[in-house]
Amino acid sequence: MSSSAAKAAIRTALHLLCWLPAAWLFYLAATDGLGANPAEALLRSLGDWALRFLCVALAVTPLRQWLHWPQLAAYRRMLGLYTFFYATLHWLAYVVFDMGLDWAGIVADLPKRPFILVGTLAWLVLLVLAVTSLPALVRRLGGRRWQKLHRAVYAVAILGVLHFWWMRAGKNHFGDVWVYGSILAALLMARVAWAVQRRRLRAAVR
Amino acid sequence: MLIQDNDSGFIHPNSSEITSQSLYLQRRQWLRLAAAGGMAATGSAVWAQGKAVEGLAQMTSVKSTVAGAMTMEPLTPYTDARSYNNYYEFGLEKEDPARNAPSLKTRPWTVKVEGLVNKPRTFGIEELLKLSPMEERIYRLRCVEGWSMVIPWIGYSLSKLLAQVEPQGSAKYVEFVTLADDKQMPGLKSRVLDWPYTEGLRLDEAMHPLALLAFGMYGNELPKQNGAPLRLVVPWKYGFKSAKSIVTIRLTEKEPGTAWNKAARNEYGFYSNVNPGVPHPRWSQETERRIGEGGLFAKRHKTLLFNGYEAQVGALYAGMDLKKNF
Repeated sequence: MSSSAAKAAIRTALHLLCWLPAAWLFYLAATDGLGANPAEALLRSLGDWALRFLCVALAVTPLRQWLHWPQLAAYRRMLGLYTFFYATLHWLAYVVFDMGLDWAGIVADLPKRPFILVGTLAWLVLLVLAVTSLPALVRRLGGRRWQKLHRAVYAVAILGVLHFWWMRAGKNHFGDVWVYGSILAALLMARVAWAVQRRRLRAAVR
Repeated sequence: MLIQDNDSGFIHPNSSEITSQSLYLQRRQWLRLAAAGGMAATGSAVWAQGKAVEGLAQMTSVKSTVAGAMTMEPLTPYTDARSYNNYYEFGLEKEDPARNAPSLKTRPWTVKVEGLVNKPRTFGIEELLKLSPMEERIYRLRCVEGWSMVIPWIGYSLSKLLAQVEPQGSAKYVEFVTLADDKQMPGLKSRVLDWPYTEGLRLDEAMHPLALLAFGMYGNELPKQNGAPLRLVVPWKYGFKSAKSIVTIRLTEKEPGTAWNKAARNEYGFYSNVNPGVPHPRWSQETERRIGEGGLFAKRHKTLLFNGYEAQVGALYAGMDLKKNF
């Protein structure tokens, strides 16, 4: 198998894998398998999957470095876009199943439930990043500017965890908030560590 | 008598339309005979799903005549009511209580009633089951999380029990304490709340005939995950006000601390009356999802002040600022 054929095969397998949670949830929804409160179950699972994909997408760069496996970079944008995909489904589940497309109610909801405001902000940032990932726009922005803009994904990580934490606050039910929070914090810290290291190296060279 | 219109939650029949208890009992007798004779008894079809549940004793009861005790809305399916529970002593997820509660031992069981009463006493569960005739009441249950159920409970007014111990004039509040035994309740490890779970009512709220001491639901004794062997049901307040698996009832002069109020004072007030005008940081409270109603696309219901029991309990809060005293 040529290396490009192998790449295409990996890509296809990865796409299928990324679709799996959505397909599974669709199956559960269609077969009445989501329990007593299906809207809530769907909303929460999609939120969980958005966070999981965010963790995976942000893990690409550190893994690439630690494993000395530069090919991984090829899948980063794709995983980022799946993060956006699940975040969008999560947001749609809120709009359609939780709020029943009651837009006035949704607008009124934002100040009343600040964690929804934070989640919406995170989704809007992801939307900008997803749109600017269209090849034409990537070219137009230029690599450096594109990269700078896409550092906003760190803000998404912070807003996402804040959204989750706030949703659970007051019920003191933080088990999985801690899990996602520490994974994302570690992934962000790795970047801070590199930035410091790079700066030191540059200073030494001078 | 309060003057009420037909929009105050549900429509009450005129007293002339209410079936007399004797006639009602006759009918029940007939139904029982009919059922025994193998006839399809339509009147008991409601309970068909509640019948013959493994390990749960069936309970007989009479239809309650307390004003507001019988909402006419369709019942939440029994399977949902006993599988979708908040009972943190048995775990934090909705499905945890049904899975973990079988470890709860409900016999022997005693309830200590103490504090500012003339006749403090410890009641055995058998005694409590016989203390007053069992009534069937169909209440809306509204959870602070924005969902609701319609549940046929079996029990009697809490006031019947309180009358036995003769509250003193200085008693102003009633505190309820839930069992906290880490051998039976795996959720106690979670430290989510300051165990044991405590709740409280003002004495006049506790004496209101709608405040129910429940022993059963859907024609059976309570499933453990729903608070067996006895729990409180205060239909005009959010569900967490109704303590489950009660072991102590204490009458006090000072407002008792409550578990959720201690955990997050600004979110769970002492009164916690259902109120669409007082939003919670995570649940706007204007609407609610009725569990078991049509799945994903079911429309949410508008939440009613005092969960629709305003005509019955509104007077308890006359002159109070319900935004401050939420």
